[in-house]
Amino acid sequence: MSVQGSEGHVAIAQGAAAASLGGVSKTFGRGEHAVLAIDNVTLDVGFGEFLCLVGASGCGKSTILNLVAGLENPTSGTVEVRGGRTALMFQDAALFPWLTVGRNIELALRLRGVERRHWGETRDALLDLAHLSGLAHKRPHELSGGMRQRAALARSLAQQAEILLMDEPFGALDAMTRDRLHDELERLWRDTGLSVVFVTHNVREAVRLGDRVILLSSSPGRIAEEFFVDIPRPRRIDSPEVSALAARITDSLRFESA
Amino acid sequence: MDLLEAEPAATGPENETPSQGRTVWNATWPKLGAVGVVLLVWQIVVWTGWKPSYLFPGPREVLPRLWHDVMNGELLKASLITMRRGVVGYALAIIIGIGLGAAVSQSRILRSAIGSLITGLQTMPSIAWFPLAVLLFQASETAILFVVVLGAAPAVANGLITGVDHIPPILLRAGKMMGARGFAKYRHVVFPAALPSFIGGLKQAWAFAWRSLMAGELIVIIATRPSLGARLQIAREFADSEGMLAAMIVILMIGIAVDSLVFGRLERAVRRRWGLLDPAGG
Repeated sequence: MSVQGSEGHVAIAQGAAAASLGGVSKTFGRGEHAVLAIDNVTLDVGFGEFLCLVGASGCGKSTILNLVAGLENPTSGTVEVRGGRTALMFQDAALFPWLTVGRNIELALRLRGVERRHWGETRDALLDLAHLSGLAHKRPHELSGGMRQRAALARSLAQQAEILLMDEPFGALDAMTRDRLHDELERLWRDTGLSVVFVTHNVREAVRLGDRVILLSSSPGRIAEEFFVDIPRPRRIDSPEVSALAARITDSLRFESA
Repeated sequence: MDLLEAEPAATGPENETPSQGRTVWNATWPKLGAVGVVLLVWQIVVWTGWKPSYLFPGPREVLPRLWHDVMNGELLKASLITMRRGVVGYALAIIIGIGLGAAVSQSRILRSAIGSLITGLQTMPSIAWFPLAVLLFQASETAILFVVVLGAAPAVANGLITGVDHIPPILLRAGKMMGARGFAKYRHVVFPAALPSFIGGLKQAWAFAWRSLMAGELIVIIATRPSLGARLQIAREFADSEGMLAAMIVILMIGIAVDSLVFGRLERAVRRRWGLLDPAGG
């Protein structure tokens, strides 16, 4: 595992991680049909860190998120989450279509045991944060793809999670919408102090957002390389520094998937 | 900053409300036209002299008879008796169907045990149950209820099972991440997500219930309960073709009314809410 860029940009002391995977392997299926999805992955997510996982499809990126989210159990190894609750955001916004945007957020609050009298103000504050003020009464299908993802982000925040897991959340959006959502996500991350694990196959996006980028090899997923991103924020996705690091990671990615 | 996204899909259903009267007229005239065509064809068949008019009377005889039977209260009374049976049987079928559907959709063992049986029951013609029903319960209200429930409950159960099976897994995962567990999961995620298909099942179940009920009323005739089916049967025995056709028209009209006023509206409301309806074409 090589470490590039400046060392210790994100200091991760032993045991001070918001979430850790220790030698985690995950196999799906049994017998001859068994598929090893990820193999011996050891990974710490620091408190307040923005960690990006990149890799070709089939590298087990989503499996890692599901393990941290508790949706899957590891076949071997340990998964520890110390930094509080996790919320998971998908490429598809996964808003409940039968509820308005506002009600989607209220349901998240309700399921977290927030008292009813606080729903209204919290909902409005979250919508405000996601730049969706005044759209509480809209149904998900009435929104554009970018707005849906913002609403999903607001709903994730309503889950009062301290670790936000994002599974290619902007993968289906056009480039301009995505750029703007990068800015907003970065702002939210700064303001809230969340730990973020962001999965993407878009290397530039990973460099644009992450404190650290972890490159995974495919079939089975293993940690291939780790890159610390010491480019000062705010970053632009088309800046020369981002492009240069992205090019380096892409080269490694090609090598890994070859 | 939201220049690109400032305009959401502004073509919601609320934007296309012409005057109420015009909407009603637009929905009504094709139906009225169809009724007119049916009456015309009927009259033409009568004019050809295919059957003597005491066996197959035309609309000019039947419609006044219908009016007469409605006005003297007999058809209304018969309809109420029949509808009451229909509603009770249907309600029971919904309760049983939901219980059955919920159990089968959540248990793999139950599914492999009785999943295909439920579909099989649905294809079983309800009239085939009547000999058994009459043996078990004699010619009674219970016999009719038994067959109505057997006819309708599988459709309710199947609607629910299909609905649960077709919930996008991502919604279940989202619900799980939001902390929806146990009863809350069913209340806030599973049931609402399955609702469109469940409504389809309810609609189908009503059609089955109504058919089973008519079959039942032809077979199980209780002297003190002059239902629509009993009227049909008695009219046949007395060769009262006009009375029979008048009752048939009422049966048809009740079926259409319930389907379009209750289920048609329910289905559209749910589909619109779930975003399954094309606002332009819907």
